[in-house]
Amino acid sequence: MSATAETVDQVNTLKDEKYKYGFVTDIESDIAPPGLSEETIRFISAKKNEPEWLLAWRLKAFAYWQTIEDPDWQKPKFPKIDYQEASYYSAPKDMKDGPKSLDEVDPELLATYEKLGIPLREQEMLAGVAVDAVFDSVSVATTFKAKLEEAGVIFCPISEAVQRCPELVQKYMGSVVPFNDNSFATLNSAVFTDGSFVYIPKGVRCPMELSTYFRINEKNTGQFERTLIIADEGSYVSYLEGCTAPMRDENQLHAAVVELIAHDDAEIKYSTVQNWYPGDENGVGGIYNFVTKRAACRGRNSKVSWTQVETGSAITWKYPSCVLLGDNSVGEFYSIAITNNCQMADTGTKMIHIGRNTSSRIISKGISAGRSDQTYRGLVRMANKADSARNYTQCDSLLIGDRCGAHTVPYIESKNASAMVEHEATTSTISEDQLFYLRQRGIDEETAVALVVNGFCREVLQQLPMEFAVEAQKLVGISLEGSVG
Amino acid sequence: MTNPNQHFFDLLAAQPGESLPWLQALRIRGNTSFAETGLPTIKREEWKFTRMEPLENTAYVLATDEHTTQNVDLIPSAFDTNRLAARLVFVNGGYRDDLSHNSNLPNGVFCGSLRSAVAAGAAWVQDALEQSDNGLENPMISLNTAALRDGFAIFVPRGVVVDGVVEVVSLNGGTNASLAVFPRNVIVLEQNAQAFVTVHENGLGDTQCFADSVSNIQLTQNASLSLAVLGEQGSHATSFYANLVQQSRDSRFNSFNLSLGGGISRTEQHISLEGEGAECRLDGIYLMRGEQHCDHTTRVDHRVPHTTSNEMFKGVLDDRARAVFQGKIVVHPDAQQTDGQMLNKTILLGDGAEIDSKPELEIYADDVKCAHGATSGQLDETALFYLRTRGIPEHLARGLLVQSFVGEVVDRIADTELRDYVLSRIMDWLSGNASNAGEQA
Amino acid sequence: MAMLEIENLHVTVDGAEILKGINLSLSGGEVHAIMGPNGSGKSTLSYAIAGRDGYDITEGKILFRGQDIVDLSPEERAAEGVFLAFQYPVEIPGVANTTFLKEALNAIRRHRGEDELDAMQFVRLLREKVKELGISDEMLKRAVNAGFSGGEKKRNEILQMSVLEPALAVLDETDSGLDIDALKIVADGVNRLRGPDRAMLVITHYQRLLDYIVPDHVHVLADGRIQQSGGKELALELEKNGYAAFTGNTEAA
Repeated sequence: MSATAETVDQVNTLKDEKYKYGFVTDIESDIAPPGLSEETIRFISAKKNEPEWLLAWRLKAFAYWQTIEDPDWQKPKFPKIDYQEASYYSAPKDMKDGPKSLDEVDPELLATYEKLGIPLREQEMLAGVAVDAVFDSVSVATTFKAKLEEAGVIFCPISEAVQRCPELVQKYMGSVVPFNDNSFATLNSAVFTDGSFVYIPKGVRCPMELSTYFRINEKNTGQFERTLIIADEGSYVSYLEGCTAPMRDENQLHAAVVELIAHDDAEIKYSTVQNWYPGDENGVGGIYNFVTKRAACRGRNSKVSWTQVETGSAITWKYPSCVLLGDNSVGEFYSIAITNNCQMADTGTKMIHIGRNTSSRIISKGISAGRSDQTYRGLVRMANKADSARNYTQCDSLLIGDRCGAHTVPYIESKNASAMVEHEATTSTISEDQLFYLRQRGIDEETAVALVVNGFCREVLQQLPMEFAVEAQKLVGISLEGSVG
Repeated sequence: MTNPNQHFFDLLAAQPGESLPWLQALRIRGNTSFAETGLPTIKREEWKFTRMEPLENTAYVLATDEHTTQNVDLIPSAFDTNRLAARLVFVNGGYRDDLSHNSNLPNGVFCGSLRSAVAAGAAWVQDALEQSDNGLENPMISLNTAALRDGFAIFVPRGVVVDGVVEVVSLNGGTNASLAVFPRNVIVLEQNAQAFVTVHENGLGDTQCFADSVSNIQLTQNASLSLAVLGEQGSHATSFYANLVQQSRDSRFNSFNLSLGGGISRTEQHISLEGEGAECRLDGIYLMRGEQHCDHTTRVDHRVPHTTSNEMFKGVLDDRARAVFQGKIVVHPDAQQTDGQMLNKTILLGDGAEIDSKPELEIYADDVKCAHGATSGQLDETALFYLRTRGIPEHLARGLLVQSFVGEVVDRIADTELRDYVLSRIMDWLSGNASNAGEQA
Repeated sequence: MAMLEIENLHVTVDGAEILKGINLSLSGGEVHAIMGPNGSGKSTLSYAIAGRDGYDITEGKILFRGQDIVDLSPEERAAEGVFLAFQYPVEIPGVANTTFLKEALNAIRRHRGEDELDAMQFVRLLREKVKELGISDEMLKRAVNAGFSGGEKKRNEILQMSVLEPALAVLDETDSGLDIDALKIVADGVNRLRGPDRAMLVITHYQRLLDYIVPDHVHVLADGRIQQSGGKELALELEKNGYAAFTGNTEAA
């Protein structure tokens, strides 16, 4: 067997490590009956005690959704989703009014998050990260509320924000991702249940990392959360998102919408470690992760960075994007996507340059193994007013094994003569030369592979906040040990 | 026009019947698949950036033998006549025997019109045409298959090297009616055969016309073909040109394409690398101004191990011109040790100019070396300043920089005479450009 | 006991026999040079000693400190103390030189039953070596060989050798592609590492290197066999007369 073939085996054992988060929490839930109709939407809206305008918006989205089809231009094809089969609302029973503090949270839930490595209680002791935990359809806990409020930062479940600051929600929700953007976003607009809301007031640097942890627990539920982050003039926030789900044989749908708004001189850093259940090695089960994430850099000198480490989901369909409206605004996209077994991913970004002197940077690293199939799909558009705009794209794919696929589909559209677009892409494999060289220096094959993979991902891993970098590194199946140099 | 598709169906119906059953079957195949797709619309992913608008609202008339007899004043040529192995002239899709010659050919080589090759019952013509558009759901190719009338046909038998150049000239238009022509060409090179073919696509006066040309190219073991297509149609011409190339083991295909003319033009290259050691190089230069639109779409299928492809397309767009580059490299399972390289660079000179570039990789084998790059931007301001400080006037300095930008592609043309010709055409374009730039400033 | 003892070594690559019965014996403290024309099997010999896949040993033995290492993996041989300076050092983008070296050194120390060095200890050791060899700190931060010039790559090989302190160093055309100044630096590094506990096998195409690294023995390898052995004067003879005398019966010299 050649060294490369052996490597493939090594990597497979390395990554076949069982999905650690596949357990189910046994908790009594309040579940809406399966099916999707105006009734369902009225039910959700009533549960959340929503104002009339929001219900009207949901119903408008629903009416539109009934007239459209799911997209089919992406590479991974999936069977038609039966939207009537799923349940659109699930909440732990005792959460009706929402917990006032962690003491009111069901201990079973706290234990669940502890198992996931997100100890909500301890987190309260450790300064650094404030967490909003979303369990199925509702937010179960938000930590550090008091400290954040001191700084004027609003960080709460979006259902709570609708009550607390309806004018902000009404003003911004749907302003970046309109309800008719694509079928999944439309569906989300109709049925979203919870999610996080962040508002950073003028001139405030958010005193800690904000984090939301999403967990799908119930069977036959979809998760439709909605995140809205508004960074007012001159503010800064770093936001982290993590996700897991139990192992189930059915495909579960996750159709989230994330909207970011950055005003003048504001900066938002949005990091995701996505580890939804990917299905088993034969491609049974797993999450359909069909997510719409978009940022509007509305203000001058505003900046948004998306960093993502994608290792989970049966099928991923997501393109975190930046609309660069404000002059001098900056958009960044750093991504590592790893697919193994039968996973399929069609992911990338869109950078829409509208303002003058806007700039964007895209670094995408895709690793395909097993029988998986991965597509980078990216759009860079220079509108005719985007004078002196700049884009740099680097898009690399690494193939491990000869049964997987890696595809690169960049779209470059420039209507401005002074705008500059640079795009580079490579596809390669771990070469036998590299492995032999490392082994000749005494490094065993598995570590050698890990080193090369780590090197391949390095540029993106460096972008993650420390707390997440470690988790991401573990996810990638690599030890960080010794790489500080 | 109410329904342009119906218009084309009517055109096809007016097509004279053919006595040959296989040709008839081929036409029917083309007809059927065109009936399914209709004309391309921007809703089709591969036509997202190019809309052949004139097709939707022009009442084209099918070109017939009567349009072939048109008077011709000037026949463009890139070569010294002594070097020509053959010259084949086509006017509005029909062969002009009086303007053509093929006296300098080695034994066994066929070089003439498709019609005469078909009439002679040449098996290679039938083979090449029948494999032609299999599996390609391409409205323009289907349309051509349904409507094909004539074109050039070249056959080089085993081991024969054609020393001279085969120069093909295609002249369209020159009538009051808006003509539609459907040239269909065939090039077949047997084992170890070698040929160099240059095709001029020109207009007869700047009249409205539509040319839908397709070439079937088959390269057997170790055959080598260099093919240059120089597009200098008039600004009212709408054109589609496709090379469908099948390459066997160790064969080489070198293609160069110059796009200067046409209102709307689209050039497609479909290369299928089917034998180990097969290599292709696809190069192109596009220089567009005014409202011109050109589209280069390539697809290279690496189907077996050890095949190589290399593409370089560079262009300069002035005024409100628009260019599209869509390149796709597909590496099939088991096509290990593939080397696929693709580069597209564009300079936008005009404020209203636009480039849409989509360099795509689709890879199913792991031991591959594939890369693509794309850039778009303007001329290097520092370099421009540098030249001006040395006393070179701005418009000349710009010309020099444009020349150096596309020079990288020009340098890859192996034939020095063709290279000089291309350079002179670029210079002509630039001098036109200089006056335009002056107007704008 | 000899440090390296090669007995009747036959090696095939892709079914073709490249080495056709090599015998060699190196003791601690000795430097042997192997010279030969292109295609004579010099690199094959170095890969066979280091254990590269695809270099099939069909006959013979490679004894390292008396133990046959033919069945050991490349990393096991490295851990035992076999070092190969590559003719074409491999680029590993994204992996910092320091990370790589620490990983390698600790793997070897683990094998020897020694404690791993922590980050601080390692950096101290590295600084010392770097200073000795006159290498810039900046080179350590860069990814392994990525974007290095030819000379930097070869110097990096010598740095690795000095950190890993092997008992047997095989230098495969370490001089190729170097101009004279770079050659002097590399040779100087190698000479520093000469010592009674270390044997070196210096493979080269050019006699020039041997002016700077003076060998104890010189062997001529052609057509997969050692054709002649002698002292350093043999190298000078080769420089004058070329390899013609040895390549008469080779198929593709």
